[in-house]
Amino acid sequence: MNQNAFETGHGAAWQAFDARLKSLRRKGEEREQAAGDWPRQYRQVTHDLALAQSRAYSPELVDRLNLLALRGHQRFYGSRGNLLAAVIEFIGGGFPALVRRESLVVWIAAALLFIPMFGMIALLQHFPEFVHYLLTPDQLRSYEGMYNPANQALGPSHSAESQTMMWGYYIKHNVGIDFQCFATGLFFGIGSVFYLLFNGMQIGAVAGYLTQQGYIQTFWGFVAGHSAWELIGAAISGAAGLKLGWALVSPGQLTRGAALKESAKVAVRLLYGAAGMTLCAAFIEAFWSSIGSTPFALKIGVGLTFWALFIAYFLFAGRGRNAD
Amino acid sequence: MLDTLRRVPTPEGIELSLRLAGPVPRAYAFATDLLIRGAILLALIQVVAIFGRSGTGPGLILFFLLEWFYPVAFEIWWNGATPGKRAFSLMVVNDNGTPVTVGASVTRNLLRIVDFLPMLWAFGLISMLFSRDFKRLGDLAAGTVVVYRDRVRMRGALPDVPPLMPAFPLSLAERRAVLNFAERHALLTEERADEVASHAGPLVGNNRVPARVILGIARHHNK
Repeated sequence: MNQNAFETGHGAAWQAFDARLKSLRRKGEEREQAAGDWPRQYRQVTHDLALAQSRAYSPELVDRLNLLALRGHQRFYGSRGNLLAAVIEFIGGGFPALVRRESLVVWIAAALLFIPMFGMIALLQHFPEFVHYLLTPDQLRSYEGMYNPANQALGPSHSAESQTMMWGYYIKHNVGIDFQCFATGLFFGIGSVFYLLFNGMQIGAVAGYLTQQGYIQTFWGFVAGHSAWELIGAAISGAAGLKLGWALVSPGQLTRGAALKESAKVAVRLLYGAAGMTLCAAFIEAFWSSIGSTPFALKIGVGLTFWALFIAYFLFAGRGRNAD
Repeated sequence: MLDTLRRVPTPEGIELSLRLAGPVPRAYAFATDLLIRGAILLALIQVVAIFGRSGTGPGLILFFLLEWFYPVAFEIWWNGATPGKRAFSLMVVNDNGTPVTVGASVTRNLLRIVDFLPMLWAFGLISMLFSRDFKRLGDLAAGTVVVYRDRVRMRGALPDVPPLMPAFPLSLAERRAVLNFAERHALLTEERADEVASHAGPLVGNNRVPARVILGIARHHNK
């Protein structure tokens, strides 16, 4: 069959398909799409494209059909998910199930964060002058100022205005660190390892120093409430980075490129959870932790309750479901 | 073959072609986005300043969103293209040709900071030049490609010359080359067309106007 006859015979169908694609762009026609003969139309176009290619019809016609089929392909195989439902499912069980499945990287990341942190706290109780290796005198003065027991409010905020300000700051700064920790994992995991160790030591240095200075009630009272959210979030974002890096170090049966792609799908889901936790931590830190009048025991109690709830959440929530 | 087409097999048993975009148009698009983001940032600062100190917190959150999620939002809700990409007819798709997914878009855009390292997007550029599909590191991990958003080009009618039977049967690739030439013929001067057509060798022999021979063969195959 020559090209002219081919085009005359099928032109109307192509135009109908083109019009259909345009009308489908508008929302709310998904159901109609499923009911109609749309899939059959799409298959016909792909068939015509294959014929046009194999019969060496003019490149212009092949390009036109290719574009038509491509648009159909994107429409046909594009994901149509309900974002809100996916988020609820993720929080309600998908995330803890994923953390359990990826527990190896999560444990490694947690060790890289918590061992230097607690090590530093312990070290500074005996050798307080060691803190000068990690923090400058200016930083020390500013931390001492923030947690001085003479303050009305704890931490950096002192009024409702500055609470909102610090909220914005915590989100921009802390979630940004999560993202960096994740992204630099692409360098064979080295960036994530660095950020985990570095953050662990920094947090440990501040905590250890202030504890040794005797600012126990103010400092620990301040950090207790959001500690579980923030530290677990930081560890999991590091785990996401390690997951990326490990795919390049040890790709297994796949090529490095394919392994990276597979791991990135998992890692980005870990990161969603981590960033969500850090986001909540910022809220708690700005509006709960900073209240100076709350009794110390209550603050510690709330903090420990969050830790207990998270441990239970990661152990038990979403059992028996697929982590994907 | 050395070209920038990527062939994507589909479940229908056909191959679709994607036209990949290289570093230069992508850099233009990125620079455009940078300008747009800068303009939004300036506008935001003005608005935030109206609210004084209480505006700082929400302002910081908006900066955070602008910094990390400007490309993600556009790629997901605006057919895979930020305004900059749209201006240069580019779009992001998964490397199987389907629209970019949320996870892939987040991955490729968060990894942008790695592409920036060690300075001025050096890793991203190196990665684009060395990977088969012009992928920067973020694209490699996310499994995405940046392609041209094709438009349907109007077909130019073949020049009206008498059809001509070729001296010997042509292969598929040869027929395609002949048709390609015929369709682009209108863009060439007569001399240049003859010059190009003369490369067809035995097909045109010693004919004085080889372009007419090729056009005739194209007509023979097409009509």
